[in-house]
Amino acid sequence: MFILEKRPNPSRFWTGATPVLAVVLTMIAGGLLFAALGKNPFEAIRTIFLDPLIGDNAWYYRAQLLVKAAPLVLIAIGLSLGFRAGIWNIGAEGQYILGAIFGAGVGLWFYPSQHWYIFPLMIIAGGFGGWLWAMIPAILKTRFGTNEILVSLMLVYVAKNLLASMAVGLMRNPEGSGFPGSRDLSAYPSAANLEIFAGTGIHWGVVAAVIAVIASYILLQRHMLGFQIRLTGQAPRAARFAGVKPERLVVFCMGMSGILAGLAGMFEVAGPAGKISIDFASGYGFTAIIVAFLGRLHPIGILLAGLLMALTYVGGDIAQSNIGLPSAAIQAFQGMLLFFLLAVDLLSNYRIRFNLKEAH
Amino acid sequence: MKRRTFLAGTAATAGLAASGAAFAADVTKAAYIYVGPVGDMGYNYQHDLGRKEMEKALGAKVKASIVENVPEGADAERVLTQLALSGNNIIFATSFGYMDAVLNVAKKFPKVKFEHATGYKRADNVATYSARFYEGRAVIGTIAGRMTKTNKIGYIASFPIPEVIQGINAAYIHAKKVNPKVEFKIVWVSTWADPAKEADAANALIEQGVDVIMQHTDTTAAMTVAEKKGVFAFGQSSNMAAAGPKAQLTAIVDEWGPYYTDRVKAVMDGTWKSMDTWGGIAAGMVTFAPFNKDMPEAVAKEANDLIATIKSGAYKPFTGPLNKQDGSVWLKDGEVADDGVIAGLNFYVQGIVGDIPK
Repeated sequence: MFILEKRPNPSRFWTGATPVLAVVLTMIAGGLLFAALGKNPFEAIRTIFLDPLIGDNAWYYRAQLLVKAAPLVLIAIGLSLGFRAGIWNIGAEGQYILGAIFGAGVGLWFYPSQHWYIFPLMIIAGGFGGWLWAMIPAILKTRFGTNEILVSLMLVYVAKNLLASMAVGLMRNPEGSGFPGSRDLSAYPSAANLEIFAGTGIHWGVVAAVIAVIASYILLQRHMLGFQIRLTGQAPRAARFAGVKPERLVVFCMGMSGILAGLAGMFEVAGPAGKISIDFASGYGFTAIIVAFLGRLHPIGILLAGLLMALTYVGGDIAQSNIGLPSAAIQAFQGMLLFFLLAVDLLSNYRIRFNLKEAH
Repeated sequence: MKRRTFLAGTAATAGLAASGAAFAADVTKAAYIYVGPVGDMGYNYQHDLGRKEMEKALGAKVKASIVENVPEGADAERVLTQLALSGNNIIFATSFGYMDAVLNVAKKFPKVKFEHATGYKRADNVATYSARFYEGRAVIGTIAGRMTKTNKIGYIASFPIPEVIQGINAAYIHAKKVNPKVEFKIVWVSTWADPAKEADAANALIEQGVDVIMQHTDTTAAMTVAEKKGVFAFGQSSNMAAAGPKAQLTAIVDEWGPYYTDRVKAVMDGTWKSMDTWGGIAAGMVTFAPFNKDMPEAVAKEANDLIATIKSGAYKPFTGPLNKQDGSVWLKDGEVADDGVIAGLNFYVQGIVGDIPK
C-alpha cells in the first residue's frame, strides 16, 4: 500500500507540473464523457482545444480568445493578491458590475458630445465603482470583524438588482422604445473601447490585463508590500511580528481586487458588451476565482489560465454547433478541469510513499 | 471603425465561400442560438421542438445545428459570427437580448439571413418574428378569474419588457371581466430561467393567499411548487403537465415549427425576405395544452369560446373601454389598440396594484 507524506516544502517540480497534469487528465476524462455521449472524443477535444487556434477561421477566434480572457485575467490578478494573504473576496462579480455601471454612467452623462477625455474618465470611474463596492466588505471586516466572504458574496446580488434597475430606469436608452438597456456605448466613439489594432481582439482591457500581470509580478517579487502579502498568507503570526498591519492589508487587497474587477467591467461595457443591460453580468467575477487558482495565484500562471479558460469557452461553443455537444457536457468538462487541478495539487504538498512492510 | 472595414472584407470572402459550399452540397445550413438550455422544458425547449419539426419537414435538404446557454452581449456576437463563418445560410437568434448582436453581425455577413425572435430592429438580411402571447394570456386570465377561490392570482414576471407587460395586462383585464373581485400579485424575478428564484417566488405568492399562479419565466419550477402545495398554475411556452399533472389548468404552447419550416424553405427557394411576423392564435403560433380535467365544463366552454372569437378576429384582447393605471383613458369604448402601441406597451391598466420596475 502507499501512504502520503507531507513534504517539508512544496515541491517546485510538482507546483509547475500539476496544472499540465490536470489538463491532461481532464482531456482523458472529458474524452470518455464525450465518447459516452456518442461523439468522437478526439474530434471533440480537437474542436475545443485546437480549432480556435489553428482551425478554419482561427483568425477570428484567436482575437476572441483575448477578448474573453482579458476580463478573467484582470479580475483574477486582483483576487490573487487577497487570496495569497488569506483575504477572500468572493464578490468580484458585484465589483465588476459596479465598475460597468460607473464607467457607463460617465459615458452616458457626456453623450453625445465628443471629447478625448471621456474614455479616460470612464476608466477612472470604472475603477472607482469597483473599489467602492469592495470597500463595503473591507471596512465591515476591519471595523466590525464581519466575514468578507459572506458580505462580498451577498453584495453581488445587490449589485445585480442595481444593474437591473439601471437598465430599466436611470440608464435606459430614451430612444429604445421602452425596452430595457442603455445606449450602445460601443457605437459612441468617445466612449467606445474598440480594438487598438484591427482584427486582433486587442482592446484597452487586454492592455490593462497585461499591465496588471506585470505590475502584480513586480509587486509580489520585488516590493515590501508583496512580501507582506505572501508572509501573511503563509504565517499570519510571523507577519504580525514583522510589523504587518492586517487591517491595512485587508483594505489594500480588497481595494485592489475591487479596482481591477471594476476596470474589467468598464472595459467590457464600453466594448464587447456595448451597453448596460439587465443580464450584462455573465459570471466573469466567479469564473475568475477558478482562473486565479488554476494559475496557482501566480501572475504568469493566471495569464495562462485565463487564456485556457477562454479557450474552453470559445472552443466549447464551436463544439456545440459543429459536432452537437450539449452545453452541459462542456460545463462538466470545465468543472473537471478545476476538480483535477485541486486533486493533483496534493502532489505538490505531499509525497507518495509505498509502504513496503505492508506489501509483504 | 477600422475593425468594421476589415471584417467586412474578410466576411465577404467567407460569405462567398459559405454560399459556394452550400450550392455544392445542395444542403441549406440553419443554426439556432438559445439563451438557456434546451432542457428547460419551456421557452427554449419549445424553440428546439420547432427546429426538429423543421428538420423533419425538410429532410436531408437541411442541416441544422444549435448552440445553447449563450449569454446575451459579447458572447452572443461571437457565437453568431462563428455560425456565420462556418457557412450557415440562416441563423435564428431566439432571445430578445440578442438584438444588437444580431444586427452587428448581420452587417458583416450580408449574404447570411438572420431571424431574431421578439425584437423590433430589422435590416435587409434581418427579419423579426414573435407570437402574440398576450392572446393566450387573455384566455388563461379568463380561466384564472373563474378558478380562483381566494380571488388572488399570482404572476411571476421576468423582465419589464413590453412582451411581459402585455401578458400581465391581458391576463388581468380578462380575469377582472369574469371576476370583479380578482386581485393580482406580481413578483419580478429578473431572470428568464432560474428554478430556485422561480420556486421562491411561487412559495411567497402561495403564502400570500394566491391559489392560481401564472408565470412569464421559462422553467417548470413554479409548476412543481404549485403541484406540491395543491394550487393551480399555467404552463408557460410549453405543456408542463409532467411537472404538475394536477396543478396545470392549461399551458400557452408556442408553436414555432411551421414558421421555421417556411423560413428555411424560403432560403432554399431564394424567396426569403426581411419582414416582421407577429402571429397569434389564428396563425397557429399560440396554442393551448389540454385543459385540466378538474376544470368545470362551463369554464372550459367560456375559454374555448374566447379562443374561437380571437381566432376568427371578431375579438381583440385589448379593446376599450380601458383605462391606464393612473385612471387616464387608454382606449375608448369599442376602440382597439393598434399594434404599434401594443408592441411598445410600458404601462399597467387600471386596477393593477404596484409599479413596473424602474
